[in-house]
Amino acid sequence: MRNRPLLRTSYGQEVALLDTTSKRVAVGGLLVVAFALPWLVQDEMLQLLGVACVTAVGAIGLNIVTGLAGQVSLGHAFFLAIGAYTAAALAGDPEGRTIGFGITEVLIWLPAAGLAAAVAGVLVAPLATRLRGLYLAIVTLGLVFIGAHVINEWSELTGGPGVGRQPPAPSLLGYDLNTTDAFLTRDQKLYLLMLVLLVLAALTARNLARSRVGRAFTAIRDRDIAAGVIGVNLARYKTVAFGVSSFYAGCAGALLYVGAGYFDPTSFNLLLSVQYIAMILIGGAGTVSGAVLGAFLITLLPRLTREVPSFLPFISNSPVESPNAYQLETVLYGVLIIVFLIFEPRGLFGIWIRLRNYWKAWPFSY
Amino acid sequence: MKDVLESILRGIGTGSVYALLGLGFVIIYKATRVISFAQPAFMLAGAVLVTYLVKPLGFFVALVVAALVTGALALGVERLAVRPMIGRPVFTVAIITLGIDIAVRVVVNALIGLDVRHVGDPWGLDTWKLPGGILIEQRHVAMVVTTAVLIAGLFLFFRYTRTGLAMRAASYDQEAALAQGVSVGAVFALSWALAGALAAVAGTFAAVGGSVSESLWLVALTALPVIILGGLDSLPGAVVGGLVVGVVQEVTATYQGDFPWLGGNFSVVTPYVVMLLILLVRPYGLFGTREVERV
Repeated sequence: MRNRPLLRTSYGQEVALLDTTSKRVAVGGLLVVAFALPWLVQDEMLQLLGVACVTAVGAIGLNIVTGLAGQVSLGHAFFLAIGAYTAAALAGDPEGRTIGFGITEVLIWLPAAGLAAAVAGVLVAPLATRLRGLYLAIVTLGLVFIGAHVINEWSELTGGPGVGRQPPAPSLLGYDLNTTDAFLTRDQKLYLLMLVLLVLAALTARNLARSRVGRAFTAIRDRDIAAGVIGVNLARYKTVAFGVSSFYAGCAGALLYVGAGYFDPTSFNLLLSVQYIAMILIGGAGTVSGAVLGAFLITLLPRLTREVPSFLPFISNSPVESPNAYQLETVLYGVLIIVFLIFEPRGLFGIWIRLRNYWKAWPFSY
Repeated sequence: MKDVLESILRGIGTGSVYALLGLGFVIIYKATRVISFAQPAFMLAGAVLVTYLVKPLGFFVALVVAALVTGALALGVERLAVRPMIGRPVFTVAIITLGIDIAVRVVVNALIGLDVRHVGDPWGLDTWKLPGGILIEQRHVAMVVTTAVLIAGLFLFFRYTRTGLAMRAASYDQEAALAQGVSVGAVFALSWALAGALAAVAGTFAAVGGSVSESLWLVALTALPVIILGGLDSLPGAVVGGLVVGVVQEVTATYQGDFPWLGGNFSVVTPYVVMLLILLVRPYGLFGTREVERV
C-alpha cells in the first residue's frame, strides 16, 4: 500500500476525507499552525484572522446552497442579519438601551442564532421550489432589501442606523471570553473560539457533501428535472439546502462583529451578499476548501490594499481624495470576480488542482 | 381624492423611468438570456456624463451625447467581458456583470466627487395646475413623453427594420437565426448598446429635479422587481411593470404616514413586496413566457 497510494480496495477508502498521506500531513500541519498562531502573531492581526474564520463559516454556508445545490442566493446578508440580531438580543444587557435577555453562554446563543436563521431559510425555500435560476437570484435580492428596511426601522432591537448596538459578549461554560485575563488576551480567546467553529463547520459541510444529501444536492445543481426523474425529492432537498445554508449564515452572523465590539444595521446590505458570492466564486464554487480560501482572501484584501499607497504614491490613503485605497479595494472585488470567472472558473481551488497535477506528472507534461 | 390623483400622476412619471430601465434589462435578456447587473452602473454613468456636458452643450444635446457615449461604453464592456463567456452558464455571466457594475461604479462615484451635481434640466420642480386644483410636476410630464417617444421608436425599430427583425429572430432561436445569415454577435452588441443608452436616459431623468449621487444606484435596482413583475422576456411587461411599481410606490409614499408601524420610507421597499406577492401567484411574472423544460 505504501508505494501504491492510489490503490483502493474498499468503498470506504474511496470516499475517505483524507485519502492520501500528503493530505493528512498537510491538513495536520495547517491545524497545528492555526492553533499555534495566537502565540505567534499580534493581537490586531488575530482579530482580523478571527473575522476571516467566521466569514469562512458564512461562505461555507453559501457554498452549500449555491455551490453544491445550485440555487443562486443573493440573500445571504439577510440570514447573516437574522443570526447577528438573534444572538445580540439573547446575549444583550437586559438593562441596556436595546432588547437583551442577558444569556451570555455561547453554547446557547450561537445555536439559537443558527436555528433562527435556519427557520427563516426554510420559510424562504418554497420560493426556491417555485422559481428557477435568475428569478430566484432577484427574489433573494428582494429579501435583502426588505430585511434591511426592517432592521433599519426596528431600533429597539438594532439601535437604528448610525447608532448600532453591541454584539453578543461570549462566555463558555461560565468562562468569560470577552475580557483579557492572566492566561490569554481577549483576541486570543475569540480567535480560538472562531477557529474551532470553523473547523467544526468545515468538517460538517465536507461530510454533508459526501453523504446521500450531498449527492442529491449536486444532482439538483447539475440538472434539476433529471434529478427529479431519478427520484430526488426536489422540494425537500431545496428546503434542506436553504435551511443548512442559513444555519451556517446565522452562526457566522452571530460571531462576525464580536471582535469589533459594535455593529450597525446598515452593514447588512446587498454589497455584503455580493462579497459572499465573490468569496465562493474566487475560492472555487462547490468546494469547502475553496470557500475558506476565498473568505480569507476577501477578508484580508482591505488589509492588503491599505499597504498599497506606500508602494504606489499616486494612490491616496485618505478617503476624500481619489484614487484612494478604498476605491482600489472595491474595484479589486469587481475585477477579481470578472478575471476569475473568465480565466479560471474553478477559482483558487482550480489553480491549486492545476499546480498539483503539473508537479504530479513533472517532468512530463501529462 | 386630490392626493390620490396627484400621487398616481407622480407614480406614472417615476414609473416611466423604471419602464425605460426595465426595457434595457429585457432587451439584454431577450438577446443573451442574461440579466445584466451592470445596468445600474451605466445609468449612473449616463447621469454623471450629463452633469459634465450640460454647461457647454445644453440639456438636450448633452442627453443625446451621454446616451451615445454610454451606449458605446456598454458595447465595449460586452466585447471585453461578456463575449468571451458565450456558452457558459447564465448565472456565471450574470455574476460577471455584477463585477462590472462594482468596478464601473467606483470610477463613476469618483467622478461625482464631493460636490452636489445637477443635470441642469429645464424643469426643476415647477408644476402645472390641472382643472380641479390638481398639481402635476412638469418633470413627470417630460418623463412620460420621453418614455412614450422612445417606446414608439423601439416598437417601430423592432417591427419594421431589418436589424429589428434580426434581433427578434436571434432572441427566438439563435441557431436558426445564424443559419439565416443573422450575425448573432452583432445582435448581442447592439442589445447592450441599446440598453446602455436607455439606462443613460433613464438615469438622467431619475436625477431631474434632484441631484446626481451614489444613491441613484438604488433607483436602478428598482428596475429588477419591475422586470420580474412584468416577466423577464416581455417588453410590454417591462412598461406595465414599471408603471405599476411607480404608482404603488408613490401612493404608498403619500399614505405611509397613516401606518406608522410600517416604518419610515416603506415606499422604497414596496417594489420588492409587490414582486414577492406577484411571484407567489405567477412564477413567470405577469407577461413572461413559461419555460418549456426538458432534461
